[in-house]
Amino acid sequence: MTSVYFNIGKYCIMLSSVFSKPERRSIYRKLISQEIDKIGLQSLGIVGLLSLFMGAVVTLQTAANIDSGWIPRWTIGFTTRQTMILEFSSTIVCLILSGKVGGNIASEIGTMRITEQIDAMEIMGINSASYLILPKIIAAMFIFPFLVVISMFLGIGAGALVGTSSGVISMTDYEYGLQYSFELFQVSYALIKTVVFAFIITSVSAYHGFYTQGGPREVGASSTRAVVYSMVLILIANYVLTQLLLL
Amino acid sequence: MIEVRNISKGFAGNQVLKNIEVSFFPGKVNFIIGRSGSGKSVLTKCIVGLMEVDQGEIIFDNRNFTRLDRWDRKDIRQEMGMLFQGSALFSSLTVEENVLFPLQMFSKMSKSEMLDRANFCLTRVNLEGKNHLYPSELSGGMQKRTGIARAIAMNPKYLFCDEPNSGLDPQTAIVIDNLIKEITYEFGSTTVVVSHDMNSVIEIGDHINFIYQGQLWWKGDKRAILHTDNQELNDFVFPSEFMKEIRDNLKG
Repeated sequence: MTSVYFNIGKYCIMLSSVFSKPERRSIYRKLISQEIDKIGLQSLGIVGLLSLFMGAVVTLQTAANIDSGWIPRWTIGFTTRQTMILEFSSTIVCLILSGKVGGNIASEIGTMRITEQIDAMEIMGINSASYLILPKIIAAMFIFPFLVVISMFLGIGAGALVGTSSGVISMTDYEYGLQYSFELFQVSYALIKTVVFAFIITSVSAYHGFYTQGGPREVGASSTRAVVYSMVLILIANYVLTQLLLL
Repeated sequence: MIEVRNISKGFAGNQVLKNIEVSFFPGKVNFIIGRSGSGKSVLTKCIVGLMEVDQGEIIFDNRNFTRLDRWDRKDIRQEMGMLFQGSALFSSLTVEENVLFPLQMFSKMSKSEMLDRANFCLTRVNLEGKNHLYPSELSGGMQKRTGIARAIAMNPKYLFCDEPNSGLDPQTAIVIDNLIKEITYEFGSTTVVVSHDMNSVIEIGDHINFIYQGQLWWKGDKRAILHTDNQELNDFVFPSEFMKEIRDNLKG
């Protein structure tokens, strides 16, 4: 238990350094745009691929499970929409990104730590925590919502394509299902969750990388810990935010 | 001048540095030597502020570094340059970008002035024309020279070199040693070199401080090493019968 408190305290101290005044704003702007490319745009492929297949599979599975004639066909479109917007695009995509982006952040910063690159920055008088971590946090909080919205569109689009081409639902029914009982707040809820998850993924992963001690083996261990802790915290935050925002 | 006053540092009950008092002089190459695990790297990390001391003071030209907070230390830190054992070059940046890095963060120079300064530093360490190579494309010696170029980019008053010759062949090591010596005399910087390479010590050392079991055990110049009767220093500097024979011949 002491170790939990110790780590929470250390994490908070790191965050206070991260959010202290940057040395040169112009350099940070450049770093943020680089991170948007690295964290966001380079994740577009995997997010797109997963969303396409998940949307298609959710549509087919829903169709396969509707046996009763009392359940209208448009339920397929409705279910695909709800699944993609409420959980898949926000939570599952962020869980996947915690593996890709979080692992990458922890190993990058961890390697910099063990090769004394962070010490070199400190000696120059640079706030290394802010320089290395702040651009990643800002970039992720900015770009993840775009990824999530793209994921929603791709998943729902793939569902429409697969549903109509396989003949399980007509386009009119699918569209009706998509529009049925739609509340814009559900999209806002998904985006709020995404921003919180983006913060968790980047800050927790950076924390594990920043305090790496030892050699390459420890960098690997930090990277694994970063992914595991990020995922667990995302699941907890998902529950808390759902309770707070939807009920 | 850097004055280390009575500093101690321990980790989990293990006292690594014990009441060390030592001074490092400007325009001179000051060495800290000692066996592995003697505390010399911890001493250096304490001096540059990467580790906090348990007691004692570190004074940089009458400025008490230990009493300053993180923000006030910044001014002194910008007067420091450090060459790391593993060079610690930023692997995602080219040679030129590595040297430009401190200039971009802190100097008020224009872009062309910064580029001129970076090129001057690279020429100074004989790396002209290597601007656009990445650290992974450089040999060990070239990485060290890039590290020196980055360390001197801000014209530092205090230059720290942690094991500058580790992993280098003897000839390249001499090139690096001479570079450190020339830069020290040229810029008048207070240079502190941590090493256990006796060849370097004899080659360029002006003031030598021997750390033994966390204490300052001996200090003097390279000629005094030959005539000392300090047993621990003799065991360190002349560990083999062959080396002892060389010493006796030199004495004779």
